Amino acid sequence: MAGFVRHRRSKHIIATLSGFEADLLRSLAAQLIELLHNEAAIPTESADPLERLFADFSGPTTLPEDPVLARLFPDAYGADEVDAAAEFRRFTESTLRDGKSRAAATIIDTLEEAGLPTEPTEEELTIDVEMDGPTAEVWMRALTDLRLALGTRLEVEEGDEDYWYSLPDDDPRGQAHHIYEWLGYLQETLIHALTA
Amino acid sequence: MGVVSTASPVTADPDLVTEGITLVDTPWVTVVWNDPVNLMSYVTFVFQKYFGYSKKKAEKLMLEVHQDGKSVVSSGSREEMERDVQAMHEYGLWATLSKSE
Repeated sequence: MAGFVRHRRSKHIIATLSGFEADLLRSLAAQLIELLHNEAAIPTESADPLERLFADFSGPTTLPEDPVLARLFPDAYGADEVDAAAEFRRFTESTLRDGKSRAAATIIDTLEEAGLPTEPTEEELTIDVEMDGPTAEVWMRALTDLRLALGTRLEVEEGDEDYWYSLPDDDPRGQAHHIYEWLGYLQETLIHALTA
Repeated sequence: MGVVSTASPVTADPDLVTEGITLVDTPWVTVVWNDPVNLMSYVTFVFQKYFGYSKKKAEKLMLEVHQDGKSVVSSGSREEMERDVQAMHEYGLWATLSKSE
């Protein structure tokens, strides 16, 4: 497992991932894209047909029900400013969703352009990822969204490492938390490569 | 928010100064809230990149978020603060805007 470094001459950001790691990243990015498009970005519960009609032309006005989406698209105003929050969301959430979806798609594109096959079968496969600064920043935002999604699902809290390490090796939540930490490691090395 | 005024509170006529004070003040702020997921290095990077803050200032604000639970990271008009909040959400930071107190 190695993270990102900056190539001295080209200034490009590079990393060598195992086929397994690259496939895992692609799978997580694909799941995030699916989630972003899954829960319709319109208030489907509204009984008011006029509101539903207008929702089609603009955007949603209420906080998403899914905790992950609620974290990715939080209210822009405090609890005492419900109307302002709804108005802001109507005009921004769809754009925000598209941006996050495109960022996750960039991860998939980079990996496949670097040679990740649709069904990686070769055991010794390694994927050499190389990207310019702007693309690396898109990766950084997408890795953030992946960590927010996984961290929200796992309900991670500050300083809860002992709990996660106490779980047995075969605990699926513990395994998911391991992936969460790996994403954090990738993110940390990516930031370091971009700023060092 | 502090207000710049040269008038002494004892002698100033409130009717003359209050209007001017509201105008020079910046009435809206962007607040970034602490969350258990985002890395300290990432939050610092975002403050430098988006706001153009020095590393020192970005780190100071990041530590405020981390230790106090929140930090005011910018101030200005309501429209400007809506842009900043939207940008913070694009970066995955949890931010809100509110009227400056």
